[in-house]
Amino acid sequence: MLGMFNKIFRTGLVTEEPATDAEIEQLAPELKRMVDKQFRGSLAIRMVDAGSCNGCELEIHALNNPYYAIERYGVHFVASPRHADALLVTGPVSRHMEAALIATYEAMAKPCYVIASGDCACNGGEFGVNYASCGAVENVLPVDLKIPGCPPSPAQLIRGLLILMGQREPVQR
Amino acid sequence: MSEAWLNEIQQQFAAAGIETVDHHPARLLPARQLEIAPHAWAPATALCKQCAMRWAAFWVREAGAGIEAFSCLEKGGGYLILSTRLGEQQPLESIAHLYPAADRPQRHAHDLFGIAFEGQCDSRRWTRHQAWREDEFPLRGDGQAAEPPAPTPPDDSYPFIQASGSAVYEIAVGPVHAGIIEPGHFRFQAVGETVINLEKHLGYVHKGIEKLARGRDLDGLARLAGRVSGDSTVAHSWAACQAAERALAVEPPPRAQLLRAIMAERERVANHLGDIGAICNDVGFAFPHYQLSRLKERLVRDNALLFGHRLMMDRIVPGGVAIDIDSQGADHLFACTQELESEVAKLIEIIERSESLEDRLMTTGRLTPEWAAELGCLGYVGRASGCDFDVRRDAPYAPYHRVTVAVPGYRAGDVAARAKIRADEIGISLGLMRRFVELLEPGEHRLPMPRGRGGEGLGIVDGWRGEIISYLALDTDGRVERFFPRDPSWLNWPALEQLIQGNIVPDFPVCNKSINGSYAGQDL
Repeated sequence: MLGMFNKIFRTGLVTEEPATDAEIEQLAPELKRMVDKQFRGSLAIRMVDAGSCNGCELEIHALNNPYYAIERYGVHFVASPRHADALLVTGPVSRHMEAALIATYEAMAKPCYVIASGDCACNGGEFGVNYASCGAVENVLPVDLKIPGCPPSPAQLIRGLLILMGQREPVQR
Repeated sequence: MSEAWLNEIQQQFAAAGIETVDHHPARLLPARQLEIAPHAWAPATALCKQCAMRWAAFWVREAGAGIEAFSCLEKGGGYLILSTRLGEQQPLESIAHLYPAADRPQRHAHDLFGIAFEGQCDSRRWTRHQAWREDEFPLRGDGQAAEPPAPTPPDDSYPFIQASGSAVYEIAVGPVHAGIIEPGHFRFQAVGETVINLEKHLGYVHKGIEKLARGRDLDGLARLAGRVSGDSTVAHSWAACQAAERALAVEPPPRAQLLRAIMAERERVANHLGDIGAICNDVGFAFPHYQLSRLKERLVRDNALLFGHRLMMDRIVPGGVAIDIDSQGADHLFACTQELESEVAKLIEIIERSESLEDRLMTTGRLTPEWAAELGCLGYVGRASGCDFDVRRDAPYAPYHRVTVAVPGYRAGDVAARAKIRADEIGISLGLMRRFVELLEPGEHRLPMPRGRGGEGLGIVDGWRGEIISYLALDTDGRVERFFPRDPSWLNWPALEQLIQGNIVPDFPVCNKSINGSYAGQDL
């Protein structure tokens, strides 16, 4: 037990200020304002892998590591679509996941945001449209924001969320 | 495979009246190939089972109007490939009663190629859900399956194994899971808190990789292989590139081989760090989770610094590697490896001292050595249950033939043993990495691949989940005709269904994390 406390004490805080990124620095106050205004300080995200290779998931996981600690922006990942304000979708939408993705979207309270994360979700990536793949997320659901990258790094994901927060309303549908 | 071993097998085949046609012994090196008649398929496989060979992979390819089927087996680091040619509509005898892990690969081959299996107990569809019809086979000919209705109907009619009784209830989980995870369906039958059966239904992230590979050039193939399973991007692209290089008789330069191995070991360490932390977190011990994810983040940042990509995607290319490191980079690599070694050692010591963690992980999710051997489990799943096969040690490929690879092994087979294997492997990998950096000598890092030539090749590498086997056939223009990557998850997923029996439902997440099979790698 002592060893553990010693390690915690010696490690200290590693969480980084995003100030090194000019764009994030500029958007952060706006993010805080928009999260407070539109989501009362808490943006809940339901993440669905609709056919990704699992590369995108690794980087989304990294958002929760102590370096990024995305919860400090009031952003957290939830288990139920009914609790979620935004749907974060990765991968080309495989035809076998199409119904499950639509069902997840339909279970969410509206209005809600849909974010396509990663090149596959944005434009089909290496997979595109074929007998087993619907390609980009926008072929299945209305998309509010695309975050490109293969996979998008945690910093790119944060930047994407900040941009999303800057949008006044979800896309009219 | 040693000559003596091959001769012995051939003698046994001859004694059993199985004729082998060994036209091209070097067709799929390092494996030795024996072509047999279709009617000898099951008897020959039974003989291999008697010789205690491990069954590793099954795949088929189109050969004219018919099908050529391949089965890969291994013993003592020697690989044997049985192949046979089938006419149009000719069925093949199932081998799933001999090697149960062959069941799903056979069903996968049926769903995509239409090949029928005689005597297969379980003939339910596997990879096919509702995106194409029962009589359509996406990998036959050039034709695409008919356009499915939009949206594709949900697959709610898969005939799961049923259990009945007044106290039995069923839990359906997925395909969308609670966390940031890949999709798949788990069907539990439980009594009280105890799981009496678990059956998986995968295929949700099937996106046609085998079809997409067709007609690609080698660079395109490497990109696709790097996305078979994103957490194993280095290992899968290495296996695919190795297959291409063997098909075209190209030997990557020594520097490229060392850099490939450094990247593969970094991938192994990164995934193990994340998963050990996640296993601890699943039983409520958050300290290791945050500490190890901190180390993992530092490691992937160094990946970006040294290799230009956090996951090192697209860094392994046909003929070598896409990026070289300078001497400054090599020094940094050496230094950060040493630092990581000392940090990890201290953390593992703290984790191992936790009695409450021991209490939760020991005896939980036990896979017996008998089941592990029966299923041919790979990587940390096998090594924790008495099957310590490791391609790097037992069938070494460059550059592993230049070093000694220690392979940890336990027999307890519980979650604790699998976590311990991974902790041991981190230490061993970091040591290997330092050794590889020392061995680096100036030289080329990529050779051009010959164009306009065909061939066949087999890539076999040890990824962090275990042995990956990639089969590649190139047409005479050097374009991909057939690509089949066999992820270790094909052999490790069935273990989860065995080891969960008798455990409580709330322990499923930690049991699942201790296996951490790839959905994308198996669904293709």
